Amino acid sequence: MALLQIAEPGQSPEPHQRKLAVGIDLGTTNSLVASVRSGEAATLPDEGGSHLLPSVVRYTDQGVVVGQAALAQASVDPFNTIMSVKRLMGRGAVDLKGLQGEAVYRFADTDGGMPYLQTVAGDKSPVEISAEILKTLKARARASLEGELEGAVITVPAYFDDAQRQATKDAAQLAGIKVLRLLNEPTAAAVAYGLDQGAEGVIAVYDLGGGTFDISVLRLNKGVFEVLSTGGDSALGGDDFDLALAQWFLQQLGGAEVIAGESRYLTEKARWTKERLTENETVVVDLDHAGQKVSLEVTRELFDGLVEPLVNKTVRACRRALRDAGVSTDEVLEVVMVGGSTRMPVVRARVEQFFERQPHIDIDPDRVVAVGAAIQADVLAGNKPDSEMLLLDVLPLSLGLETMGGLAEKVIHRNTSIPVARAQEFTTYQDGQTAMMVHVVQGERELVDDCRSLAQFVLRGIPPMAAGAAKIRVAFQVDADGLLSVSAKELSTGIESEIQVKPSYGLADNEIAEMLKASYSCAEGDMAARNLREQQVEADRLLHSLEQAISADGTQLLSEEELVHLQEQMVVLFSLRNGTDSALIEQGVKVLAQVSDFFAARRMDLSIKNALKGHSIDEIEGDS
Amino acid sequence: MSADAAKALTFEFLSSLSAGYMMDITQNYFEFLALPVTYQLDLQSLSERSRELQKTLHPDRFAHLSDRERRLSVQYTAYLNEAVSTLKSPLTRAQYLLKMEGIDTFSETQVQLEPMFLMQQMELREGLESVREASDPDAELMALQATVDGEMKGLRSQFDGFYQQSTPTSLDAAAVCVRKMQFIDKLGREIEALEDQLFDE
Repeated sequence: MALLQIAEPGQSPEPHQRKLAVGIDLGTTNSLVASVRSGEAATLPDEGGSHLLPSVVRYTDQGVVVGQAALAQASVDPFNTIMSVKRLMGRGAVDLKGLQGEAVYRFADTDGGMPYLQTVAGDKSPVEISAEILKTLKARARASLEGELEGAVITVPAYFDDAQRQATKDAAQLAGIKVLRLLNEPTAAAVAYGLDQGAEGVIAVYDLGGGTFDISVLRLNKGVFEVLSTGGDSALGGDDFDLALAQWFLQQLGGAEVIAGESRYLTEKARWTKERLTENETVVVDLDHAGQKVSLEVTRELFDGLVEPLVNKTVRACRRALRDAGVSTDEVLEVVMVGGSTRMPVVRARVEQFFERQPHIDIDPDRVVAVGAAIQADVLAGNKPDSEMLLLDVLPLSLGLETMGGLAEKVIHRNTSIPVARAQEFTTYQDGQTAMMVHVVQGERELVDDCRSLAQFVLRGIPPMAAGAAKIRVAFQVDADGLLSVSAKELSTGIESEIQVKPSYGLADNEIAEMLKASYSCAEGDMAARNLREQQVEADRLLHSLEQAISADGTQLLSEEELVHLQEQMVVLFSLRNGTDSALIEQGVKVLAQVSDFFAARRMDLSIKNALKGHSIDEIEGDS
Repeated sequence: MSADAAKALTFEFLSSLSAGYMMDITQNYFEFLALPVTYQLDLQSLSERSRELQKTLHPDRFAHLSDRERRLSVQYTAYLNEAVSTLKSPLTRAQYLLKMEGIDTFSETQVQLEPMFLMQQMELREGLESVREASDPDAELMALQATVDGEMKGLRSQFDGFYQQSTPTSLDAAAVCVRKMQFIDKLGREIEALEDQLFDE
């Protein structure tokens, strides 16, 4: 690494090196991985040639099985074979009551936090189970791209709340994947379509997957994909359509009590029937029940009737999303269908009827999300410096705080563009009060109990004052992934309390560290080696970006003195980086980041000036 | 939160969130976006400027760089988003212009308005409450929405007139317009909430 070599502006100090980055669609039913190769984004197949990896994980005495082989054993070994784990992500034990009829697993007793599933291989959290799926996809990408991954863009339903997003990111960390971005599935789909067809204007993405439903309204303009509004239901998907039909089966069979294996057998039969009804008007299904063979005839009309309430729910969400976006149906230029469940004729017909135009189904609805994610991953990894593409998302659900009487006070409303930072001031309500509980919630309802609890923390050490005299400012910051961090500060004393929101139903950082440790056979050595490598990568990244910054703007923005000082500090980190003490490197990164902050900020301000060049206020006023 | 009572809503971006970096937050939102200070803002230019700045500042532009750059960019983009959303809405844009003139309507908790206006508000609210029982709730809601839109439009043009005169008396009159707009805006949001509820039933 030629550390202090200053290249001519515009000249890259390093030869162009393509970084390997992938897009991952971590779906309820199936998962995929895709990447851009020689300019084309495509999903990657496994050795057997199949692109879809069933999102099924089976734990056995001998180890973990993921995918088709696990799915094949689902009815035989229901308790150890975990399907649709995405529906459990970021959920608490309490939420699982809502999943009755499908949550056939045995849950370990926990103190109300995150649910653990009992398997032959021990208790497993949804995050660990998802990590197994991600590991399988990572291995597939590695084999097919022949190299180490720089990172991945992982898609999530736009309607996922903070806890669900955080759980997804944790799973990636556990699988050893650097997350370049958590991308909303509908946005990913729009990217795949937008680039193909060069559309400009308002588009609606209707995404009905195995377990989730999303509707997003986006405006496309010169490579910028701006989400105007989003809505949906993170617990409504193809599985529910299967369930509706399975319940009808059960009625026809006399409503006998369901046992775990049979419930799964019936929903599998229901799925089989549903899929055939896409092509056929009538399907005959044979069921084994209580030692007897029963044949049932299902017409499409009957099926459409059974699922009508579900389809209606999605149409209502569409209407609301359009209203939130401030757009009428006739302003919508294109409607894009995503997700395997949009194959159902009843869904297509209703969407067409609502938007009064034929929806796009040109790209395989199963693959479109992964393809879009791969395109963005390629850009984010830095492989396309000239790309104009930018994806702007919104907060799907309002964020707020609990106030007196169990009411939720909204601090950031849904459909606000992210990143966003906002603060609100509160005061004490009792004389001499020295502590205050901060309860962060997400959702649209007025009562805290109807919203999702994200985190609670206590701000202590408030100096005793009269009621109403203390001023406590609670600040929220949401990053581009839709992840929230909260800090609280008492203004007269400056006492601060900061938390990265670790959801009430999530994993604590040390739990993740523990799991990471456990996942290495000879933990100590591997952990240390991995830690060192991570710190070195971060040091290199900082040094490299500083080098580039200096060569681009150094002469313009730095005095000679500042430049010399900066370079001295860079040398310090460079020598630390070549050592083996990861703690020292980490410290060195912090120091260099701190002493170069002013430079980064100056560059940011310069880029703002450059971006607005030719728009001086005088000139504008002169025009009007 | 177990302890709380009076709280002051501040929509403004707080400098403390930028953690003491050098971001120029002495610039007002108009300057930051290189737009003329006026109520009759060209929304087209606003979104163009916003897009140009997003392309430079958004965290995705720094995804392959170090943590520090990404953090900084989150703060800048948050400021940009706050500026854009404040200027985009006719109500908050009016409030922001007044704030630049030293009149803070963001953190008012109690306001006094003329009885005539309040009477009219009460009637509208009663209308909203009876929507549920109406034979055609959708039509009732649409009619109410039209009234709200009409009122808002009138107040906007009144505000602009007072604001442009720019005397202490006329700015006070502009502030009265803003307070009325807040009432109407709230009613608008309640209409939406009821619409949501009716959808869900």
